[in-house]
Amino acid sequence: MHQVHEDQQIELNRPIPVKHYGRWLLTAFLLASAVIVASSLATNPNFHWDVVGEYLFDAQILRGVGWTLALTLVAMIFSILIAAALVIMRDSGNPVLSTLSWLWVWFFRGTPVYTQLVFWGLLSVLYPRISLELPGLGAILDLRTKDVFTPAIAAIAGLAFNESAYLAEIFRAGFKAVDGGQTEAAQALGMRRMKILCRIIIPQAMRMIIPPTGNETIGMLKTTSLVLAVPFAYDLTFAANTISNRLYLPIPLLVVAGLWYLSITSLLMWGQSYLERYFGRGIDRNQISIAPKESA
Amino acid sequence: MSTVSSDVCVDIRSVHKFYGDFQVLFDVNLEIAKGEVCVVLGPSGSGKSTLLRCINHLETIAAGRIYVNGDLIGYSERNGKLYCLAEEAIAAQRRNIGMVFQRFNLFGHMTAIQNVMAGPVLVKGHSRRCAELLAMSLLERVGLADRARQYPSQLSGGQQQRVAIARAMAMQPDVLLFDEPTSALDPELVGEVLETMKDLARTGMTMIVVTHEVGFAREVADRVVFMDQGRIVEKGAPESVLDNPRNPRTQAFLSKVL
Ligand SMILES: Nc1ncnc2c1ncn2[C@@H]1O[C@H](COP(=O)(O)OP(=O)(O)OP(=O)(O)O)[C@@H](O)[C@H]1O
Ligand SMILES: [Mg+2]
Repeated sequence: MHQVHEDQQIELNRPIPVKHYGRWLLTAFLLASAVIVASSLATNPNFHWDVVGEYLFDAQILRGVGWTLALTLVAMIFSILIAAALVIMRDSGNPVLSTLSWLWVWFFRGTPVYTQLVFWGLLSVLYPRISLELPGLGAILDLRTKDVFTPAIAAIAGLAFNESAYLAEIFRAGFKAVDGGQTEAAQALGMRRMKILCRIIIPQAMRMIIPPTGNETIGMLKTTSLVLAVPFAYDLTFAANTISNRLYLPIPLLVVAGLWYLSITSLLMWGQSYLERYFGRGIDRNQISIAPKESA
Repeated sequence: MSTVSSDVCVDIRSVHKFYGDFQVLFDVNLEIAKGEVCVVLGPSGSGKSTLLRCINHLETIAAGRIYVNGDLIGYSERNGKLYCLAEEAIAAQRRNIGMVFQRFNLFGHMTAIQNVMAGPVLVKGHSRRCAELLAMSLLERVGLADRARQYPSQLSGGQQQRVAIARAMAMQPDVLLFDEPTSALDPELVGEVLETMKDLARTGMTMIVVTHEVGFAREVADRVVFMDQGRIVEKGAPESVLDNPRNPRTQAFLSKVL
């Protein structure tokens, strides 16, 4: 074998790759545009880059970032839990529960989130006291609504309830996309409904559920800027607006807020790609790339 | 609880089944003894899959009774009245009835060994260590010990089906139901699955096998049942049903398959 190799020198092919002149042209054009935009960004004094630098890590802004992140994450966690319950209710075979689930989705998808936030903010006006009386025992609970339903809680409830309606539909589609044979195989082993859902269906539906849920999380990040409607006054947008009103300089604080929203979005996207890889195990390993392979 | 003699494993009595208005099974009667291998033959649409799925209550029957080891499947009967069993009780009955599907239905997010461990761990609550030992010995038995850590998508059809058989075995069921276990396989992979099944039959497993593999029926079956249009039209020893069929439908079917 070796000798054959040494005697007969193989002449390797050296094909000349296809030339993509269009790509070069486009790159040149985009680079030129980028230079123009960058120089205008740097030289236009109206951007007030010094103000951007001064307020990027301002205490009020940082607190706003913290609240925005907290609102996003907590609201998402609650909406995921509610949505999971809604899907289970919807497919439970119990007509009362499935109707309730349908009504919830219908209502919270059917009204603007802004309206809902205003409503939760006004709850303490509608019902000043929350009390629970049991016959024979008297009042076992009597609280002022304002103390329980604080603006932060009203904001989280508003965001989470609204989001849960959208997530429920995403989850339902994901569960449906798992082959029915999986459920049958699990039933044949003697697994019960809840176990089949948690151990067989959900792990496989995750692959389909995560990308749109990631989308919704990023959407939620920006929807938190509406909590002003409650009114809740500590999120990033509110903080940036307060400062810009004080300085009469809206542009640099818009830039500050925009930079923070972008950084958080990037962080969320990174988390999403990690989750996608994890739940794609066993299925995504032979991923087909869309672009045709080219020899370099 | 019932009047079945102790060497009967599956007892199907006068079962009728409808899909909507369409009757799929007509007065099906069949007794399968412990350790028996019963092969069900019949043309497409004759109700073979439906009959198997009734045995583990994946489908409900409209009339009749099905007993597995003397246990009435899907219902309890008291004072002449039939009560639906709760989900937990049905799940418990299914633990004694293994099933192997035409399209394998391995859990896609689990490796081969995790699939085999699923029953013992998730259903019976056995420890992982204990289940892993059992799963490994079963995978060895179906000749796939070296593939234990691979996902179903990395296995050939024949290998997937052998894992599916191991998964069903891991529950240590009283009876195994096979619904055309080799129909989705390339011809060169059919042999390895049939070999695994023959091996099981030799160990005395009670098996009900729906298949078009007449050779398997001849070699392994204790009894062959021929179904047509929802009815059992012929049953008996393989030699008599396969070589001297009396029913014209059986004759027509066999002349096409052989
Ligand atoms: N879920 C269903 N709803 C309505 N009709 C059904 C359903 N499942 C099966 N059928 C009908 O019941 C009849 C029996 O089906 P079954 O799957 O039991 O046949 P089979 O003998 O297993 O056929 P094959 O060899 O093709 O698998 C067929 O006519 C089929 O169309
Ligand atoms: Mg069938």
